[in-house]
Amino acid sequence: MPEAFGLYIHWPFCQAKCPYCDFNSHVTRNIDQKRWLAAYVAEISRVGAQTTGRTLNSVFFGGGTPSLMEPETVDGVMTAVRATWPTANSIEVTLEANPTSVEAGRFQGYRQAGVNRVSMGIQALHDDDLRALGRLHSVVEGLAAFETARGIFNRVSFDLIYARQGQTLADWRTELRRALDLGLDHLSLYQLTIEEGTAFGDRYALGKLRGLPDEDLSADMYEATQEICGAAGLMAYEVSNHAKNGNESQHNLIYWRYQDYAGIGPGAHGRLTLDGQKFATETVLSPGGWLNAVENIGTGESLRALLSDEDQFAERLLMGLRLSEGVDLAGSDSAQNPTFVNNINGLSDLGLVGYENQTLLATHKGRPVLNGILRSLLGG
Amino acid sequence: MTDLNHIRNFSIVAHIDHGKSTLADRLIQSTGTVQDRDMKAQMLDSMDIERERGITIKANTVRIDYVALDGRKYVLNLIDTPGHVDFAYEVSRSMRAVEGSLLVVDSTQGVEAQTLANVYHALDADHEIVPIFNKIDLPASDVSRVAEQVEDVIGIDTSCAIAVSAKTGEGIRETLEAIVHHLPAPKGDRDAPLKAMLVDSWYDSYLGVIVLVRIIDGVLKKGDRVRFMSNNTVHSVDRIGVFRPQMEMAADLGPGEIGFLTASIKQVRDTRVGDTVTHEKRSCDKALPGFKPAQPVVFCGLFPVDSAEFEDLRDAIDKLALNDASFSFEMETSAALGFGFRCGFLGLLHLEVIRDRIEREYDIDLITTAPSVIYHVHMRDGTMQLLHNPADMPDMTHVEHIEEPRIKATILVPDEYLGDVLKLCQDRRGIQLDLTYAGSRAMVVYDLPLNEVVFDFYDRLKSVTKGYASFDYQLTGYREDQLVKMSVLVNDEPVDALSMMVHRDRAELRGRAMVEKLKDLIPRHMFKIPIQAAIGGKVIARETLSAMRKDVTAKCYGGDATRKRKLLDKQKAGKKKMRQFGSVNIPQEAFISALKMDS
Ligand SMILES: Nc1nc2c(ncn2[C@@H]2O[C@H](COP(=O)(O)OP(=O)(O)OP(=O)(O)O)[C@@H](O)[C@H]2O)c(=O)[nH]1
Ligand SMILES: C[S@@+](CC[C@H](N)C(=O)[O-])C[C@H]1O[C@@H](n2cnc3c(N)ncnc32)[C@H](O)[C@@H]1O
Ligand code: SF4
Ligand SMILES: [Mg+2]
Repeated sequence: MPEAFGLYIHWPFCQAKCPYCDFNSHVTRNIDQKRWLAAYVAEISRVGAQTTGRTLNSVFFGGGTPSLMEPETVDGVMTAVRATWPTANSIEVTLEANPTSVEAGRFQGYRQAGVNRVSMGIQALHDDDLRALGRLHSVVEGLAAFETARGIFNRVSFDLIYARQGQTLADWRTELRRALDLGLDHLSLYQLTIEEGTAFGDRYALGKLRGLPDEDLSADMYEATQEICGAAGLMAYEVSNHAKNGNESQHNLIYWRYQDYAGIGPGAHGRLTLDGQKFATETVLSPGGWLNAVENIGTGESLRALLSDEDQFAERLLMGLRLSEGVDLAGSDSAQNPTFVNNINGLSDLGLVGYENQTLLATHKGRPVLNGILRSLLGG
Repeated sequence: MTDLNHIRNFSIVAHIDHGKSTLADRLIQSTGTVQDRDMKAQMLDSMDIERERGITIKANTVRIDYVALDGRKYVLNLIDTPGHVDFAYEVSRSMRAVEGSLLVVDSTQGVEAQTLANVYHALDADHEIVPIFNKIDLPASDVSRVAEQVEDVIGIDTSCAIAVSAKTGEGIRETLEAIVHHLPAPKGDRDAPLKAMLVDSWYDSYLGVIVLVRIIDGVLKKGDRVRFMSNNTVHSVDRIGVFRPQMEMAADLGPGEIGFLTASIKQVRDTRVGDTVTHEKRSCDKALPGFKPAQPVVFCGLFPVDSAEFEDLRDAIDKLALNDASFSFEMETSAALGFGFRCGFLGLLHLEVIRDRIEREYDIDLITTAPSVIYHVHMRDGTMQLLHNPADMPDMTHVEHIEEPRIKATILVPDEYLGDVLKLCQDRRGIQLDLTYAGSRAMVVYDLPLNEVVFDFYDRLKSVTKGYASFDYQLTGYREDQLVKMSVLVNDEPVDALSMMVHRDRAELRGRAMVEKLKDLIPRHMFKIPIQAAIGGKVIARETLSAMRKDVTAKCYGGDATRKRKLLDKQKAGKKKMRQFGSVNIPQEAFISALKMDS
């Protein structure tokens, strides 16, 4: 199977900042979308020149809130993409959408621009909780937007955040069943993470964010999630992602399989193999700074770092062990290291990892403690 | 040289924080010894650690000139002393060099444990005492109540006491007058052979060892050849001077004067506090009685977190010991912690101060093991071993009996907390010796085992009395008791650095508290970890730390690879702060925190 290649496009604007969010997202009025389009097009051509001959398997519009992009902006980007790379027949073009009515109105336009998959930030099926999460939509609005999307796109997924303040195990089971009743074929289920530098992070540091689950409850919720989704035929193909067979996000699989992707837009990361060497790339983080860099210097890239074998091995593991399929370690020197082998054996004795035919995977029991597994495998 | 009749030498003594150093500031300032613009608060507290903690650790001497109201010129030598019990030794030896004491009592607080202890020292040294009631600028000040207390509790006359605010300067002039009129002038014979008391010595990187002396008889001049009588070493004096508080050179020092000499001495250990300094040729016939050297009473192991830093630690300890004769050390190896040092201290504050200095001035992360005292282990073969480290406890079958050090503790506490204090002392195996009242305050005297006090007694005392109790102690001797060594096993492996000596009756309680604490202190691992306390082969307390159940990053996409990798690298570095025991990582702070008792 030839390695896949993906393109990530970051749109850094939102209507409001959610208190839990540490993405590179900003609330700004008066966005000159023509100017942004021109900058994306310039970046596509810059990156295209370095990756000629590669076939594109996926494009992902992420954010921020890409559903705030005008359909013309998305169309302009896709036109440039198609002019730059040959695209696979099965190309997946995903756009992250916030489920307010305003944005639903643009879905038809996105489809015409070439978007064939939408990932919606529904987040919760309780209005109070949506408010607590700082969301601008209600449950009814969210579900309406979801139905609109389903009428337009073949593939629609949504995100829920669980382990929220005050949520009980029973609450979550009910909520998750309700979500599955909608007959989805892909779902992303994230436990609420308190990130430093967010409003929740600040409140947490002051001890004012109450009702968060302890380790045991959070483990129970994770377990329930596996059980309920499994029963509905949506197995976890990754730590927080569930899909019916064949409906996995091709784009995200590129990340977890540690294949190549280019990142454009403010603060976008990439992993590119150039002349047989793997590089990490980053772009200017602030929207204004990025725009200026693209327009005046001719590149938005702020970093291109060669990844050592050791770095690559670490990244391959920390991404790949998230997948139920595991990581193929065939041909890796680092995997022969006796300490590493020893650590695998120890973890395997504890039933946390499986290692067969050179493929290392985190077991059902191991996945909820993946960070621990990674620390022991990578000496952290 | 000053006429004896115009010299007054005194120490300033008090309970912690009652304002000794601030009073010294005012005396220095009002006599113009230091210009106003050069003043800073507690200017004699010059060590970083003193300034940071706002306490005095080392006694300091200053010479000031004072023109009294009657027009006569006096030379006053004041010694500002530390208040904390760990440094009581500094106080008692300072007192030997002077004839009187200013006994400072915070008039918002009253008599406290070190107030009493200092009075006893002062009486031992035959001092005249001038009580100073300080902090009268504060609204809570109650001079008459405090005066009554001083008379009742201490039994000294307060008719010559002075009400002072060391903050505003009120009463300072009266204090100076009282020093001149109520304290005796020193005695001495200028024509007799030189006899000087070696009061203190410390190392200065430019001048070598600086020796503080009090001249009793005779005259000391630059260039003199002097003999230290305890070890019969002879030195050529290359500098003489006084502190104002900076060093100021002088041509000579006569009877009654306090000043310093340098004589190209390399090590503080070559000088002995309390020694008699005389001339090489014309020696005095009888040496001064000398002081008992300060003995370390609390011992603990100091280990580098990163074992590669052992040599750096040795270097740091060597340097600190150069200047601190009361701090002892010897190399120690621990199965769990590798190479380190067993160190002896005057008390817990002293331990903390040294540990802080190593960590900060030398930038070495340390693991501190359980503080211990010295046990006398009497063997069946009739020999006796001094046990500084529970890990070295010999096999019990060879042990006849064990003795432990006891102290006499004096605690002053407001009535309402007396019950809690008695319970605390009782819980710590105390035997009540005395209980008296002075107004609404009780004074309790307890006979306690030092090992029950060494660690967290003072913290507990402060917490049960909301900070209103004060505490002082003296070692009294050794007594036999039912002592056993308690070991701690983590994941079935003994961790020698956590073992401790306990009383048999207290073992289970301590063992339980310890394993419970450890359960909270050790992070969850990938597997469950039994934590046990045992005496010999018998487990007396057990907890199980369950395996980690949930630790996984919820979202990890293209932008997170770098971040996650860097986080793992950072954790790898952080792991150096943990020590690995078998397959278990124990964080460095666990070694001390595990010992804290909640009762
Ligand atoms: N209001 C007021 N505060 C005072 C007075 N004298 C001292 N203080 C304050 O009391 C605290 C302790 O003063 P120090 O002079 O350091 O006390 P000390 O007795 O030298 O303390 P140790 O050396 O640690 O025993 C400081 O915060 C001083 O500023 C006073 O007369 N009035
Ligand atoms: C790029 S984000 C946001 C996409 C879109 N702007 C939205 O909010 O719907 C993708 C998803 O990450 C999840 N997420 C963001 N921050 C999170 C946090 N702190 N904890 C858990 N999940 C989070 C949310 O479910 C979100 O939909
Ligand atoms: S969660 Fe989504 S909508 Fe909210 S601030 Fe983050 S990117 Fe924007
Ligand atoms: Mg002081």
